[in-house]
Amino acid sequence: MEFWKDIWGFLTQRKKYWLLPAILVLLVFGALLVFSSGSAIAPFIYTLF
Amino acid sequence: MAEAFLGISAYYHDSAAALVLDGRIVAAAQEERFSRKKHDASFPAQAARYVLAEAGLDLQDLRAIAFYDKPFLKFERLLESYHAFAPRGLRSFLQSMPVWVKDKLFMRRMLKQELTKLAAAPPEKWPRLLFPEHHLSHAASAFYPSPFSEAAILTVDGVGEWATTTIAAGAGNKVSILRDLSFPHSVGLLYSAFTYYCGFKVNSGEYKLMGLAPYGNSDGERVKRFYRLIFDQLVDLRDDGSLLLNMEYFDFVTGLRMCKDARWESLFGIPRRAAESELTPAYMDMALAIQQAVEEIVLRMAGSAVAVTGMRRLVMAGGVALNCVANGKLLRSGIVDELWIQPAAGDAGGALGAAYAAAHLWADEDRSIPAEAADAMQGSYLGPSFDANDVARLCRRYAASCRHFEDFDALTASVAQELAGGHIVGWFQGRMEWGPRALGNRSILGDARRPEMQKRLNLKIKYREGFRPFAPAVLAEDSGDFFDLAQPSPYMLLVAPVRESRRRPLPEDYPEMEMYARLYHQRSDIPAVTHIDYSARIQTVHAETNPRFHALLTAFREHSGYGLLVNTSFNVRGEPIVCTPEDAYRCFMTTEMDVLVIGNALFYKNEQPAWQADKRQNQTFEAD
Repeated sequence: MEFWKDIWGFLTQRKKYWLLPAILVLLVFGALLVFSSGSAIAPFIYTLF
Repeated sequence: MAEAFLGISAYYHDSAAALVLDGRIVAAAQEERFSRKKHDASFPAQAARYVLAEAGLDLQDLRAIAFYDKPFLKFERLLESYHAFAPRGLRSFLQSMPVWVKDKLFMRRMLKQELTKLAAAPPEKWPRLLFPEHHLSHAASAFYPSPFSEAAILTVDGVGEWATTTIAAGAGNKVSILRDLSFPHSVGLLYSAFTYYCGFKVNSGEYKLMGLAPYGNSDGERVKRFYRLIFDQLVDLRDDGSLLLNMEYFDFVTGLRMCKDARWESLFGIPRRAAESELTPAYMDMALAIQQAVEEIVLRMAGSAVAVTGMRRLVMAGGVALNCVANGKLLRSGIVDELWIQPAAGDAGGALGAAYAAAHLWADEDRSIPAEAADAMQGSYLGPSFDANDVARLCRRYAASCRHFEDFDALTASVAQELAGGHIVGWFQGRMEWGPRALGNRSILGDARRPEMQKRLNLKIKYREGFRPFAPAVLAEDSGDFFDLAQPSPYMLLVAPVRESRRRPLPEDYPEMEMYARLYHQRSDIPAVTHIDYSARIQTVHAETNPRFHALLTAFREHSGYGLLVNTSFNVRGEPIVCTPEDAYRCFMTTEMDVLVIGNALFYKNEQPAWQADKRQNQTFEAD
């Protein structure tokens, strides 16, 4: 719930409502990853993400 | 009631924790020093535990906890960037999104899970969790601990959320961001692209590229051609220092490399250098050209910061502020009257900035300026310290033999004698340094007058590339005898020329000589710290902030006439700087260091028992 409150606050403050469907789709796909392993640290030459 | 703020940086690189109590920094440390993983990006659990313990506080005693950037804003940048470049970048998108939808979008929850492990109290008793912007954290880390009541602020790095550079004004307890430059147009990423192309690791090899630059031939046609190509083809630089990168040449937005190798090869006429392969003059010239370009950009940005704010004192932070050659040029340019740079200018410093931002911008705490032009960094000695009991424990564990000195003056006299005799000394004292530089508490020291010292330190102690320069630590009161330096440089963040009177002439064919022939030519009476272009990255040592190191340099001056030593960080290549006496002893025993000093205990290598490997003794470090 806290997450949805935060994300709504962000979208309204930045007026970036068009990101909402993209985030929803990504979260649905993300649910598929729940059981996969991995860490928050991205394997990348420059930590842009 | 005391107001305490915990700052945290994590999950990108160089995670760290810092604690500010009633406007004063109590402690700050990087996680890598505890975990022994260089540039450790994981949640800084050990660093946070340490800073809380140093303050004697638990999480519920804090007013707020501040994370050093805004995850949602960063996510916005990612989505908009992928959208703008689609369908390119699909591979990068597929790699980055799982990380975000699984973890980073839920940063608040992730942080709380980690903090739970540190807290005695239940989450409902915890303070607010705040997310100041990345560049605001940098700006706060530069302004609040600076000695200035008002200052222009310039933050320059690869990228935070959107911003890659900001100009801000600091006054009293306020910081206001006035200008910013947005991703992907970034001087930090430009420099990293050259780091990558010259065969060094991005995010750690930038120092090497800076150290390589003086080997380039500044009078040669190739450097001039590379410099022209940078500004004709790669970067559209404006008078105010703002810039646009020509994204036809860069791949970091959508690809998994910094630049498009084939395009760069056809532009510069040299292929990307393979890691650890031979360094040919073309790459030295490339390093020099991009160094000169970055200096031009930074000088223009600083000029804009002065013009926009109307303030002639400048403070800086962000990874690019660690380019001490550019900093030295900026200081000598006269664009600013005074310059102060956060010693932990990279992302680790964001933890300190986040804590400061929470204290002054969110909680509106008053800011007190230290007296007598001193800054609030306490010499940057903000990490853990150890006592004689720890040394005794170490001796028992390893059956190590040491001599204990009651009289510190007698110890410094002995160590000065060892140094003057050409021995290399590991020097471990007091609180660990905050930031990437060892400033005389976790240092390896040598006699800068000795011609072989640079080579010996690189190859026999640090096990790193032979071309890399070493920095001098000099008594603050004597720095003018050695260097043309306009202001103190306590954090080793300014490069200045060695004084003309100390230089030795160069042969006529010097620019054409082979790299190592040039390097080993005697350029001054302090050859181990005089770089190829007569420059030196200086640390001025002050009795007020580090009396023990100052006393050692004074003892060495009495012995040799020189109040100056080579000072390099206490580690080997790829290893984080040592934190504990055990780390120091292990490093001492596995390198060709001759003497180790921990507090008042002196260890001679030839008096130690044979080194036997245990689990951690065999730890190897990945080359940086």
